[in-house]
Amino acid sequence: MNLKPETLAKIEAVIPRYPVKRSAALPLLHLVQEDAGYIADEAVEWIAAKLDLQPINIYELVTFYPMFRRKPGGRRIIKVCRTLSCALAGSYKTAEAFKAAFNCGLDETSPDGEVTIEFVECLASCGTAPVVMIDETLHEKVDGERARALAVEIRQAGGPASAPTA
Amino acid sequence: MPVQETRLIFKHIDAAGYTNDLDCYLRHGGYEILRKAVQQKPEELCEEVMKSGVRGRGGAGFPCGMKWKFLDRKSGKPIYLICNADESEPGTFKDRQIIHKDPHQLIEGILISCYAIQAKTAFIYIRGEFPEGARILERAIEEARSKNLCGDNILGSGYSVEIFVHRGAGAYICGEETGLIESLEGKRPYPRIKPPFFPAVLGLYQCPTAVNNVETLCHVKHVIDMGGEEYAKIGTPGNSGTRILCVSGHVQKPGYYEFACGDLTLGQLIHDVCGGLRPGRSLKAVIPGGSSAKILRAGERYTGKLKDGSSFDWGLEDIPMDFDSLMAVGSMAGSGGVIVMDDSTDMVEALANINAFYAHESCGQCTPCREGSLWMKKITTRMSHGQARQEDVDLLGNVADQIAGRTICAFGEACSWPTQSFVLKFRDEFLNKARAQAGAASTNGNGAVPLI
Amino acid sequence: MTAPAQTDLVTVVIDGKEIAVPKGTNIIEAASRLGIEIPHYCYHPKLSVVGNCRMCLVEMGMPMIDRGSGKPILDDHGGQKIGWMPRPAIACATAAVPGMQIRTTTELVKQCREGVMEFLLVNHPLDCPICDQAGECRLQEFATDYGRGYSRFIEEKNVKPKRTRLGPRVMLDDERCILCSRCIRFCQEVPKDDVLGFVDRGSYSTLTCYPGKQLENNYSLNTVDICPVGALTSTDFRFKMRVWFLKQTPSIDTESSVGANTFVWAREGKIYRITPRRNDAVNDTWMADSGRELYQQVEAEDRLNACHASGKPVPAPEALQAAVALLKEGKTAIVGSARASLEEQFLLKKVARAAGGAPVHLVAHTGEGDGLLVSADRTPNLRGALLTGLIDTLPPASLEALGAAIDAGEVQTLVVVREDLLAAGLTEAQLERVRIIHLDTHRRPGLERAAVVLAGLTVFEKAGSFVNQQFRVQKFQKAVPGPGGAAEDLFLLATLAAELGGESMPSTPASVWQAMAAEIAAFRGMTFAGIPDDGVVVEAGRLAELPFVEGESLHYKPAAEAAGV
Repeated sequence: MNLKPETLAKIEAVIPRYPVKRSAALPLLHLVQEDAGYIADEAVEWIAAKLDLQPINIYELVTFYPMFRRKPGGRRIIKVCRTLSCALAGSYKTAEAFKAAFNCGLDETSPDGEVTIEFVECLASCGTAPVVMIDETLHEKVDGERARALAVEIRQAGGPASAPTA
Repeated sequence: MPVQETRLIFKHIDAAGYTNDLDCYLRHGGYEILRKAVQQKPEELCEEVMKSGVRGRGGAGFPCGMKWKFLDRKSGKPIYLICNADESEPGTFKDRQIIHKDPHQLIEGILISCYAIQAKTAFIYIRGEFPEGARILERAIEEARSKNLCGDNILGSGYSVEIFVHRGAGAYICGEETGLIESLEGKRPYPRIKPPFFPAVLGLYQCPTAVNNVETLCHVKHVIDMGGEEYAKIGTPGNSGTRILCVSGHVQKPGYYEFACGDLTLGQLIHDVCGGLRPGRSLKAVIPGGSSAKILRAGERYTGKLKDGSSFDWGLEDIPMDFDSLMAVGSMAGSGGVIVMDDSTDMVEALANINAFYAHESCGQCTPCREGSLWMKKITTRMSHGQARQEDVDLLGNVADQIAGRTICAFGEACSWPTQSFVLKFRDEFLNKARAQAGAASTNGNGAVPLI
Repeated sequence: MTAPAQTDLVTVVIDGKEIAVPKGTNIIEAASRLGIEIPHYCYHPKLSVVGNCRMCLVEMGMPMIDRGSGKPILDDHGGQKIGWMPRPAIACATAAVPGMQIRTTTELVKQCREGVMEFLLVNHPLDCPICDQAGECRLQEFATDYGRGYSRFIEEKNVKPKRTRLGPRVMLDDERCILCSRCIRFCQEVPKDDVLGFVDRGSYSTLTCYPGKQLENNYSLNTVDICPVGALTSTDFRFKMRVWFLKQTPSIDTESSVGANTFVWAREGKIYRITPRRNDAVNDTWMADSGRELYQQVEAEDRLNACHASGKPVPAPEALQAAVALLKEGKTAIVGSARASLEEQFLLKKVARAAGGAPVHLVAHTGEGDGLLVSADRTPNLRGALLTGLIDTLPPASLEALGAAIDAGEVQTLVVVREDLLAAGLTEAQLERVRIIHLDTHRRPGLERAAVVLAGLTVFEKAGSFVNQQFRVQKFQKAVPGPGGAAEDLFLLATLAAELGGESMPSTPASVWQAMAAEIAAFRGMTFAGIPDDGVVVEAGRLAELPFVEGESLHYKPAAEAAGV
């Protein structure tokens, strides 16, 4: 594992928070994914060893929680909420707009490697539906038009201006 | 007459100049109630919470005071407090506001609650989709620690407590308290069987544990501030305090609003507070308490008797937005997420959308929920895509009936109530869909947006 | 014999029938004592309770008590009113408490079972005709007993991996898996080899072994035993024989002094598999994989199919005559065996006495114990050799003393039972100096040198008993006939003893037991037929204090540890 020193420091700091090491599994997965972009097999084994667990114990988690990626994604991850309130506000059309803008399907990475587009379940911002998360930034009221605008912003200058969250 | 919001929890939310840092919070009287609380006996605080009657705001509406009373204090094991910030019930977005805009209110509520139940460690389990919220909370805890409001010997009281933020990673089931505990223990979040694993006795690390929703813990702060009896005067008996309602869907002004429980009706909420429906549209249905609550259809009448013996005869828009009234009409106040649908909505697709959510979120541990949720999704998706059969309507209802009440956790109800209520109340629409499909290709009569 | 421990009993009522059970007993077990089956998949009596299959839902009620007065609330007939829970409860996680009422035959329970059966089948491939579990498949059985009998499912079934090799002995078909998690819990809780788990979630949850790892511990086949469906199958047994053709015979695992109880599954004289037989005091419901392979010795290449005298195959009586002639010349020594049955050891002792008090040697066979069901003593019946007085001290690791006696010219004829003399420490030169009468089941190095070879039977081909590390006498029965040229060990030994001593000898387990009960204090009052299926612990007296090699195992603690030293 080739983790950044900052990541390793954070990992060392987070483990002692818990009376039982195993509890640090999710925090470690987050930290490794933030560092490496995804959770490779090697990472599964590294985390397991770090927490005195068996690899299967970590593998069970990585495959359960949809936020963990098993392979590298695009430079940006676009998550479109598809749950009821967002769907009522047109999120399926929002997704279509992103797909068209980046020429790729759902759960795919665009041919230029720019983005990966996914449907996700409720992002808990139903009052400003449809909502989209691009990496860690929430974008509200993203209709088809706004999606196309965001796509342009992503293509330019390496990404959209952060919208205020919540 | 327009109804007035009673902003208790949301007093400062969105107020001009109010920021989420400690200085701002302190300027507004922050942590004074904690200061007062740690000078009282813990059991006195628990007593106030009991007297307040405050009910859990996460969905089940269980009285917080009772939850704390059940804690096993004789085991000698440490007691844990977990703040459930998983906010995962579709239609709900209240905790997001508290976490992002007034995190110290939550931290103070947690600290007071920890002291009351004598927990030495609290975990805030925050959903993975709130990365910014997690950072805000981490910072707030550090700020509180720097002022000795958290950590060792807080405010010279001799009482010490640590709060840690723990992020989820995209699983609705982690909102279920024992699923959350398993997740926090680093395991797949499979809810535990109860008995024997009641969190109050065998919770986190098999220690007594209180799991409370974000909003509930904020209410505790106000209960201690006002005193339980005074707090109980807000709202109606059995439905004390304020309630945050999150409105989404087909209204002009979706958003979050805080009212004294029972202060307003569903009709007032939709028309007066949220500006009514979109122009030219009429009300079709409302899901009043998060997506798992049973749907209410416009034009229905509800009659019966309330807990206090009084009888009621309401139309949809007359229903008071409190725990007991919504239960009386066969639905629930749940998490306070109100989803409004107008006449453009295809109810088969709406149900297919909800079923896709539950099929995706079923943890897969127990048979009825695991297999039933996906089956219901497959049926409704097929129906939405042009292959509806008349017999699907009864089949759907029956599959749902085979789930509710037979699973390890409340997800069984959560995933079957939508189907049960949709096919019961919109039976005509489901049957019409099948009939129309038998004769024609077009299925979406309103030309509305696709939902699945 | 030890008396069962006294436990608090509580009385519950199941389908109107009262039953008293130890406090804490769950309702599945309580009902089974009444002969009432509560169907279940995930529950296993020897694993933690998870309650995930929901097949065991029943209705539960408790006698009602007035909260104010604390007095019972009575019904119209003066009996205590029962408050029935509105929802069904899982019987596996419901512990019996006094007055509890259970209903298993109501419409609600019927509907619950139909519902769960239907759900389990919607994504299950209905490939029973080619599934090896057929005949012992709980899914098949309960579908018949509790299912609706027709399918309402018209959607596409989920697709999952098929024919995955989980390890050297276990195959997995994920589409058949009902996600009961028994195998996962077994691996975690019994052999403590956490390699299995579920990946993905919801209905797409899939049982798997971590990529690159294998389910290869020596207990892996127990997962096959406890898999209620055809998801996990044995690579050795699969497709060899439909189980309904097989006859089960109770037997004992001979690989160590644990003496795991087993069933031997055979048809027309051929053994197809060995599985564990439940004994809560010995092996629970488990056994080691290594013990399951032992049946292969029956038809092994090196199996002795005939008796020999002077290097030629001869009928058993002829071989016995030759042996008797040698023994009558005197200067006999005996190498006995802790692999022989209790009855054989008793008769061998008679042979020794009839041969003028010939000295008896035994050699120890030890290995590393695994803490579960394979102990450090790799013989099944060392305690038997002590109880019968065949030996009176623990055997050494080699036959040095015998070697010295041969070197000193004290031994002319050597009777050997099931032992490899060279491996046991004798030299070629020493073997050259004696005439050997060898009773065995398989050819061993140097056997061609024996003057007389007596072909005996394996544990699967005869009946008898062993005394395990707990001093528990356990019976095994004959599962298949032996090879034509071989003879019952008891017959061979009884003949030798009788011919030498001039008095008749018992030659069946039942008759040998009559003699043993008369002569050996520990066996007083016992009969072969009277030994219960789960064995019986006998009084070991001072023998229990010997420094046996075994460490702790599943249901055994060494005497020193048991005494708290």
